Amino acid sequence: MSQDRLTHLKRLEAEAIHIIREVAAEFRNPVMLYSIGKDSSVMLRLALKAFYPGKLPFPLLHVDTTWKFREMIAFRDATVREEGLDLLVHTNQDGVAAGITPFTHGSSVYTNIMKTDALKQALTAHGFDAAFGGARRDEEKSRAKERVFSFRTESHAWDPKNQRPELWHLYNSRVRPGESIRVFPLSNWTELDIWQYILLEKIPIVPLYFSAERPVVNRGGQWIMVDDDRLPLQPGETPELRRVRFRTLGCYPLTAAVESDAATLPEIVREMLIARTSERSGRLIDHDDSASMEKKKREGYF
Amino acid sequence: MNAIDPNVTADASAFTDYLGRHEKKSLLRFLTCGSVDDGKSTLIGRLLYDSKLLFEDQLLSLEKDSRKHGTVGDDIDLALLVDGLEAEREQGITIDVAYRFFSTDKRKFIVADTPGHEQYTRNMATGASTSDLAVILIDARRGVLTQTRRHSFIVSLVGIRHVVLAVNKIDLVDFSEAIFEDIVADYRAFAADLGFETLTAIPLSARYGDNVLERSLRMPWYSGPTLVEHLENVAVDDDASTRAFRLPVQWVNRPNLDFRGFSGTIASGTVRRGDAVVVAKSGRTSTVKSIVTFDGDLDAASAGEAVTLTLADEIDISRGDVLSGTTDRPEVSDQFAAHLIWMADEPLLPGRPYLLKIGARQVTAQVTSIRHKIDVNTGGELPARSLALNEVGVANLSLSEPVAFDPYAVNRETGAFIVIDRLSNLTVGAGMIDHGLRRAGNIHWQALDVDKRARALAKGQKPAVVWFTGLSGAGKSTIANLVEKKLTALGRHAYILDGDNVRHGLNRDLGFSDADRVENIRRVAETAKLFVDAGLIVLVSFISPFRAERQLARELVEDGEFVEVFVDTPLDVAEARDPKGLYAKARAGEIARFTGVSSPYEAPDRPEICLDTTAEAADLLAERVVAYLQAVGIVPGADVMI
Repeated sequence: MSQDRLTHLKRLEAEAIHIIREVAAEFRNPVMLYSIGKDSSVMLRLALKAFYPGKLPFPLLHVDTTWKFREMIAFRDATVREEGLDLLVHTNQDGVAAGITPFTHGSSVYTNIMKTDALKQALTAHGFDAAFGGARRDEEKSRAKERVFSFRTESHAWDPKNQRPELWHLYNSRVRPGESIRVFPLSNWTELDIWQYILLEKIPIVPLYFSAERPVVNRGGQWIMVDDDRLPLQPGETPELRRVRFRTLGCYPLTAAVESDAATLPEIVREMLIARTSERSGRLIDHDDSASMEKKKREGYF
Repeated sequence: MNAIDPNVTADASAFTDYLGRHEKKSLLRFLTCGSVDDGKSTLIGRLLYDSKLLFEDQLLSLEKDSRKHGTVGDDIDLALLVDGLEAEREQGITIDVAYRFFSTDKRKFIVADTPGHEQYTRNMATGASTSDLAVILIDARRGVLTQTRRHSFIVSLVGIRHVVLAVNKIDLVDFSEAIFEDIVADYRAFAADLGFETLTAIPLSARYGDNVLERSLRMPWYSGPTLVEHLENVAVDDDASTRAFRLPVQWVNRPNLDFRGFSGTIASGTVRRGDAVVVAKSGRTSTVKSIVTFDGDLDAASAGEAVTLTLADEIDISRGDVLSGTTDRPEVSDQFAAHLIWMADEPLLPGRPYLLKIGARQVTAQVTSIRHKIDVNTGGELPARSLALNEVGVANLSLSEPVAFDPYAVNRETGAFIVIDRLSNLTVGAGMIDHGLRRAGNIHWQALDVDKRARALAKGQKPAVVWFTGLSGAGKSTIANLVEKKLTALGRHAYILDGDNVRHGLNRDLGFSDADRVENIRRVAETAKLFVDAGLIVLVSFISPFRAERQLARELVEDGEFVEVFVDTPLDVAEARDPKGLYAKARAGEIARFTGVSSPYEAPDRPEICLDTTAEAADLLAERVVAYLQAVGIVPGADVMI
């Protein structure tokens, strides 16, 4: 029911808190996937609100591909320390042993092994029956039809044809051993909502979102940051310093920067509103065709 | 709309004002519904397109997709923007609920785009359940259709009180006022009984944008608001904060011994520090000591806010309890009448135990009777013994324990429930409570002085149900008879309930439909429970083909009192034996719905005992049952028998 007494952000916040509490109460062993990005930061704040003054009744899980920006890892560790969180970090060691990198195997194979497989390994190893994710329905077409409680089979697969109907605020949390639910408390948030909430709540985010001079190379028209000496430079490529920032964060070789002077939150929001490029286009994995995300999701990508 | 004036973005202080305004927006959730090809997806695509919420790369992929799948020639096909999944794109039909977002300076909108064709009614109900308003599309060329009536009925059923009648494709009838007025008159006549508080009719063209965001110059006869103007201004803010206070407790927050908080989202009303509150089910009362949030304690909180209350007294409250004020409390009952929308391929079976989730509570429940089903096209009542996918009915439900609730018409949050199948775990139905059934309050259990334990002790045994299940001709009755003989020889007190015999008496009014099979087993399970109470070892010999009913029988008695015996005989063996000639008749088509032939048999997952009749003789198998009963202490072992 619409209550004009409450702002849209208050209502979105209350809805997310409700969802998070419901999961903590009904699942045996939930986990919150923590990707260190802005959406994860908002989701974490909402979880802290849900259980205040208590602590989070579930751990965070970070799937570390070993190719995250160094600033992301530093931010992650600082956040965990300050909030007193229980953090699990999982890396696909098989992938590391096999020498899988974004350069040797291409973005699609790499993502599949170091992100999708790694996530499945961690979920299976810990026996998590629910996993929070920060995905939003406005991000991408196939996500618009995603449930808040999204059922996954024992092999972590999503079947878009066979989703449970979801009514009112009554979420069906029933799963058999091995099956699980992915939970998306930010389903109804848009990118603008996320930024406004960060602004309003003064939520800390990784500095990479703000403009600064950073060493970058231009590849296929996109700025790739040289975050460490593992980035193989192609003939003729020399890193140059540019004022850039990131609209989305992931593995540094696969996440393009945009040129920008936006160094404060209002400037970022302003830039976003006049942006003519939608959010995920900074992620190189979505470009193949417009149904590619749906395919990835069926296979278990978040 | 959301795309902002470049002047605003260039000027830092003007931009801060802009952000401030947007922080104060409210939220309206609405759904769009209509028949196939009424242009729902196009309308939503238009709202996103006109509100400039499309980004360049989305436009690019839209143009690409339009050439591949589009249905409007060389123009951009706005519908492709919102038809999400690959398969639907290829079929050209939206097949699931999709949620879309756009906003203006005044409001943020969440749009549930729901499919038009008949078999997906469940999706429409889903979209409607969280919406405050419905936009019902009508194709101006076709007027009010059966589908329009169906959608309007569901919108009304799910409690939406604000409706926009969007008469679309008005460009295709030359912007005719007469046609528009005819359709509106038609619709108003039909919708008079649906209880809508506001009904606003708007002539528009989603494809060209007339009266969507911009006022159309091609319909000077229309002086009402555009669709977006109306959505921005319609007052759907009901009296949620002034109605009776309800807080379903989701989570007991107990970080340390000094803090005990009760967390939940306020379903209705307002609570203030110092207010007296009562736990609906137990009737215990206390007063609100504090309203705790991460952002500081509050003096008051109201409907829609997620809070944590602490109380002045230590009273027993757990997840699923409902807190209310001391006057105007919710009803508490274990029986109520409700409207049900069935959402599963497998039909609703009265008597079958389902899980019901209401607020933060899950209980087992059965439909005790279906009063009638409703023809959603006419509103007419039809007799029914079960409900199939997408059918709507009125039913009486009986719960395993009392719950607190309000009628759905009074409170959408505390009057709604979902129905979950206990084996598949699927959400199979949605319910809206009409009223509690008073009967529940008047039938009390008669407390008896001699109890089950005393009776069992006198017989020197632990009472139990030994439930033989298997195909017809599997050997259930043969083995059960032998077990009874052996138990009697051991001086134990046993009794056989046999499928055929019971059908001659207690259950002679029942046939072999799925619904009757469920009722058949329910009665036998209840009878077995009474016999267990009498201290007997009850040997039940029934085909009992469905897991769900055997589970019900198991749950009626206490842990350890139920022994499921799977008499495992393959179909071809049972059919070859055919002791009563039934398989031959079933194969000849003389018996309808014969288990194993024309009706399913669901083998037990984890029976206590599994008997392979192809491997051992009946007497040996009966021996094994007796040995099991001795091993678990239901029958005393030989060494303690004098």
